[in-house]
Parts: sequence; C-alpha cells; structure tokens
Amino acid sequence: METTITESRETLTAGTSMDETQGLTYPRIECKNINVSYGDKQAIFDISLPIPDRSVTALIGPSGCGKSTFLRCLNRMNDTIESCKVTGEIIMDGENINDPDIDPVLLRSRVGMVFQKPNPFPKSIFDNIAYGPRIHGLAETREDLDEMVEKSLRRAGLWEEVKDRLSSPGNSLSGGQQQRLCIARAIAVRPEVILMDEPCSALDPVATARIEELIDELRKRYCIVIVTHSMQQAARVSQRTAFFHLGELVEMGETDQIFTNPRERRTEDYITGRFG
Amino acid sequence: MVQQLGHLPMGWLLLALLAMLASGGFFVGRVQAERFNGAAGSVRVHSRPNYHGYYVAMWTFVPALVVALAYAMLGDGIVRSLLAGELPANFQNMPSVELDVYLDSIARAAFDHGYGGADRVFSAIANRFLELQGMVKASAIALALASAACGFFLARRKVAPGFRARNRVEGGIELFLFLCAAIAIATTVGIVASLLYESLRFFSEIPFWDFLFGTRWNAQTSAEFGALPLFYGTFMIALIAMLIAAPVGLFAAIYLSEYAGPTVRAWVKPVLEVLAGIPTVVYGFFALLVVAPAIRAVAVWINMTLMSAGITAEPLLAAQPTSALAAGLVMGIMVIPFVSSLSDDVINAVPQTLRDAAYAMGATKSETVKHVVLPAALPGIIASLLLAVSRAIGETMIVVMAAGQRARISPDPTADLTTITVQIVSLLTGETEFDSPKTLSAFALGLVLFVITLFFNLIALRVVQKYREKYD
Repeated sequence: METTITESRETLTAGTSMDETQGLTYPRIECKNINVSYGDKQAIFDISLPIPDRSVTALIGPSGCGKSTFLRCLNRMNDTIESCKVTGEIIMDGENINDPDIDPVLLRSRVGMVFQKPNPFPKSIFDNIAYGPRIHGLAETREDLDEMVEKSLRRAGLWEEVKDRLSSPGNSLSGGQQQRLCIARAIAVRPEVILMDEPCSALDPVATARIEELIDELRKRYCIVIVTHSMQQAARVSQRTAFFHLGELVEMGETDQIFTNPRERRTEDYITGRFG
Repeated sequence: MVQQLGHLPMGWLLLALLAMLASGGFFVGRVQAERFNGAAGSVRVHSRPNYHGYYVAMWTFVPALVVALAYAMLGDGIVRSLLAGELPANFQNMPSVELDVYLDSIARAAFDHGYGGADRVFSAIANRFLELQGMVKASAIALALASAACGFFLARRKVAPGFRARNRVEGGIELFLFLCAAIAIATTVGIVASLLYESLRFFSEIPFWDFLFGTRWNAQTSAEFGALPLFYGTFMIALIAMLIAAPVGLFAAIYLSEYAGPTVRAWVKPVLEVLAGIPTVVYGFFALLVVAPAIRAVAVWINMTLMSAGITAEPLLAAQPTSALAAGLVMGIMVIPFVSSLSDDVINAVPQTLRDAAYAMGATKSETVKHVVLPAALPGIIASLLLAVSRAIGETMIVVMAAGQRARISPDPTADLTTITVQIVSLLTGETEFDSPKTLSAFALGLVLFVITLFFNLIALRVVQKYREKYD
C-alpha cells in the first residue's frame, strides 16, 4: 500500500506543472453514497459528491447539518472518534480511502487539514512547520528542512512576518498569524488536498481577508475543501458550493449558480437568510 | 439556689438559647418587613422580607454566640481563679501545680453532686465552688441574653423599605466564610510556630550546623545529633520510590488518557485509585513480610554467586532483613496512583485540537503523545512528580516497618537505613520528658521535613499555575 501512495504522489507532482499550464480541473475526489452515524444517530445520509482538483469547494449549511462530519471523512479523522461509523466509497487516485487496507496515517499525510481554532503545537515556529517533514522523513538534511520550512511559510504568506523569530513559540503569534502558521504546517507535508474547517471563524475581518487571499493563492496547487458559516466567504473564495441540510446534500454546483440561481427552494431560503 | 445553678447543663442550654434567639429574630424582622411591603404600593422596597429576617437574626445570634464562646473558653478559668482568691492563706502558699491538682479534685467532687466525706474544709470549698460556678453560669446566660437583646433592637430599628438588608446579609456570609478559611490558616501558623519554638530550644543546645551536617546520629543512647544519615536515608528511599512510581505512573496515565477505550478507562482508573486508599500500614507489613525477605534472598544469592565465581572475596551486599530497597519499592507502588491520577488529569487537559492537528498531519498515536501531548502536559506532569516526591519523603508507616533503625550512609540498597520520619516516631514514643535534647531533636527533624515538603509543594504549585495560564 505504501508504494502505491508514494507512486501516486510522484505521478501527481509530475502532472502538476502540466495541469497548471493548461488550467485543467478534474474530479480529485469522488464520494459515493457516504453515510455517517454516531452510535444510533445518523449524521449524514447517502451523500455523493465529486470534488474537483485545483479549485475551492465550499460546504455550507446551518449548524449541525453534517458538513464538518463530511469534511472529516475525507482524511478519516472520524476514526479517532470511537462511536463514529462511516460507510460508502471515497475514491482518491483510484483507491477507496475507506478501505480498511488504507493506512489512515499515510492518508492524512496526503490530505492536510486546518481547524476552526488556530492550534499551533507548543513548539517554536520552526518546529511547528518542521514537525510533519520530520515524522514523514521528507527532509534528508538540515538544509532541506530549512528550505522546506521557508517554502511553506512563504506559501502561507507568513515568511516576511516571522523570518527573524523562527525560534519563538508558535503561541506567541497573533490569531491570524497562528492560523496561517497552521496552514503552512499543513502545506509542509506536501499534501494534495487541504481541508479547512471554518478556518476564519475565530479571526477578525482583517485576518480573515488575509486567509481568504491565501486560499485563493493555494487553489492553484491544491484541491481545497472548505467548511464555512459565512455565505459571503463561500461566494468570495469558492468555485463550487455544496449546500447541506439535516445531513443531506441539498444542492451542489458552480458557486455563481448556487448564489444567483439556486435550483432548490431550501437553498434559496438559506442563502437569502430565511432560515439557518 | 445558687448552688443548684452550678449544675446547669450549659452546653445544651446555650445551644437552645442561641437557636431560639436566631429564629425569634428572623420572624420579627420578617414580619416587620412584610408589613411595609404589603401596606405601600408607593414605597419601593429594597430587600425581600426574608433578608430583613436574616439580618435581624444575624445581629441577635452573633453577639450571643460570642458570649457563649467566651464562656466555653474562659468560664472554667474564671471560676477557679475566683475560688483560689478566696482560699485561706495556707492554700495561697501552695505551689501552683499542687493547687491545680487540689482544685481538680474539688471540681470533680462538686460535679458528682457534692462531697459526702468527712473533710469539712474540703466540703466547704466544694460547695463554694458550686456557688461560684452557678454565679458565673447565670451571669454568662444573662450576658448572652443582654447582648442578644442589644443586637436585636439595634438591628430591628434598621428595618426600613430602603434598607439594604440583602447586601448586609451577603457581607455577613462573606465574613463567616472568611473566618472558616482563617481557622485553617491559623492552625497551620500555630503548628509551624510550635515547631519553630521547640526547634529553637533544641538549637540553643546543639549547634545548627552540627545537626545539619553531622554524620553520627545516636539520639537514643548518647547525645549525637548529626542528622545527615537520616537525610540520606530519606532521600535514598524516596529516590527508589520515584524510580518505580515515575515511569509506571506516567505510562499508566498515558495509556488511560490516550489509548484506553471508555470501558477500560471506567474500570482501570477507579482500581488504580483504590491503591491510594490502602492504609499505609498495610503497605508496611506487605513490605516487611513479603518484599524485604525476597530482597534479602536475592541479595544472599548474588553474594554467593559472586563469591563462588571468585569475583569478590567477601559478601558484596549487606542483605539485611529490612532494607532501603524493600521500603522504597513498596513506597513506589504506593505513590503510583498519585503520579498517574494527576498526570492523567493534566494529559486530559491538553486541548483535543492539538491532538487533532497532529493526527491530521499523519502522526501516529505514539508520535502524537511523544511530540505534542507530553510537551504540552510537561509542566503538569512535573508538578505531579514533585507532589509524589513530597508524599514519599513524608511517608512514615512503610519506613517504620521496613526500612530499619540504623542511621548510616551506605550506597548499598540492601542495607537497612533510617529516615527522618522513623526517627521522629522512635524519639516521641514511650516515656518522654519534654526538656531533653533527645525529644526536642524530633521537633528539629519535623521542621526540616516540613521545610523540604513545603519546598517541593511550592515548586509544584508554581509550575501548575504557569501551566494553567498557558492553556485557559
């Protein structure tokens, strides 16, 4: 299994430049008939959803509609919750990641995640970024590691602000900087997909704007799935939007279409603020 | 008549009186407040009637309570000094100790409803004692009633629509709670003061540095008070205990908080905490009867093997029937729950989002624990270890039974050592007089023990505080 994953990563890296020049998108992840339940309580009902590469897919819906639960299926974070049971197929690079043979630890190195609240490790800024490359053995030498840290911080738009204090603790940064540190940390493992679970809900509007710019930048390289409560944010950053309600997928489509011309009544009611 | 008063059961009487006064005050205050509450729609009432009731009750009850407490503490002494003042001249010249004994027998006779014997002087004094006691009791009750009445009338006059009875009652509650806290603090201060006082008496006879750094301890037979071997024994045993308890307790905590499922956790955690509930004397005889003989057997076997192999000419290990190792091992088992329970708490307090972050980057469970959870919980873990150390140093029963009595400095863990606590026990049990350096040295040892454990606890508290600041 390990070889397939490494190979697929290599083919992807090889393919990256080609796709970038041509600006192509294709379904990166294909979710088929996903059901999730916590104990007796079913949280997600039979959701099928293709997720395109090199673009941002926003998951919107009222609280408790299952969008975060769905997001956590994509890197099998639900495995860490004892009572949680996931069925259905999630195809990524021709493999079903729900297959028991897939090692969730390796999967998560391909699918990075950014959480609601900035959660830097209680380590220095440098070590926060270097943590992933270290545990996965991505850097051969100290120079490699330095370069990797710099590159990740640059991509997350944080390098200029922290380059002189890489050894100060990650907790010493401001909330917005911490969240960008967390994004840089996720990038450092060289993922193919980045999942974001309401990444701006704990941030002020200025820091939010920076993160949104960053997301727009990152979409050129990664497949991004973002859960958000803010419909303006979904409209600003995403290309495709999926609307969840009570554990069901109500509607999905191009973001413009969802926000200007929704097909479903419930979608329209939600985005115009009639409920939720 | 006055003699009859002497037999009054003051405890019950005062208690009933206080209860009556308090409830009486409450009802009067409440009724009075209800009156203006019901009458006027125009006046705005600040506090509900109940609070006026509490307020009046408080002011009725507290002065009477103060008088009652004063009687409980001073009543007996007042009766005695009054009686002593009236005694004939030949009693006045008695030594104070003898007089006290005599007055004790008078009090006993008076308490047993009079003296039926032939000694007429004794009988007269006993009767006078009862009279005086009756007078004091009656005046105490009168005083309690008078002060209650004063408080009652003063408080009643305050009851008015605009009066902030609710806030005043709140203030009274705060004062009461403060006094409860003050009792604990005052007790600690008192104990420390008595330790200090007796220690200073000891150090006026034995030089401080000789005590702290002397290497010969022989307090029972000759006057040798070099406590270094005791400190050595204490730390040696605590060290052995921590070598067991630190890793086992910590790993148990990691298993419980990170790996165990909810059902396993629900069983294992209480069982671990039962370990903390076992009386230390039970650990003590476990150490003495099971562990110590086993260690001795192993030590003897090692000695034999080494000698027969020709590596050493003489026995290498002391192989005593009681040993530092036996006491240390069992003490280590005893403090495991202290380490595991506290560490488990701090590990659980590490935010789940940190674990999620590590898992989401493809870290395994043990990588997450090693790189993220433990560093985040480290201050709390250190604090739990320090608390366990101070517990191990202060532990008495296990070492009394299994460590031995001989004060010496020996690196051999199978030799018997003695500790500070063991020596305090042996110095203060049996026939003792309180003036000799021998008994006073126990206070000096107690002071040292107190300072050491206080030091560890303070560091632990500081560390925990810093940790809290970071994560809340």
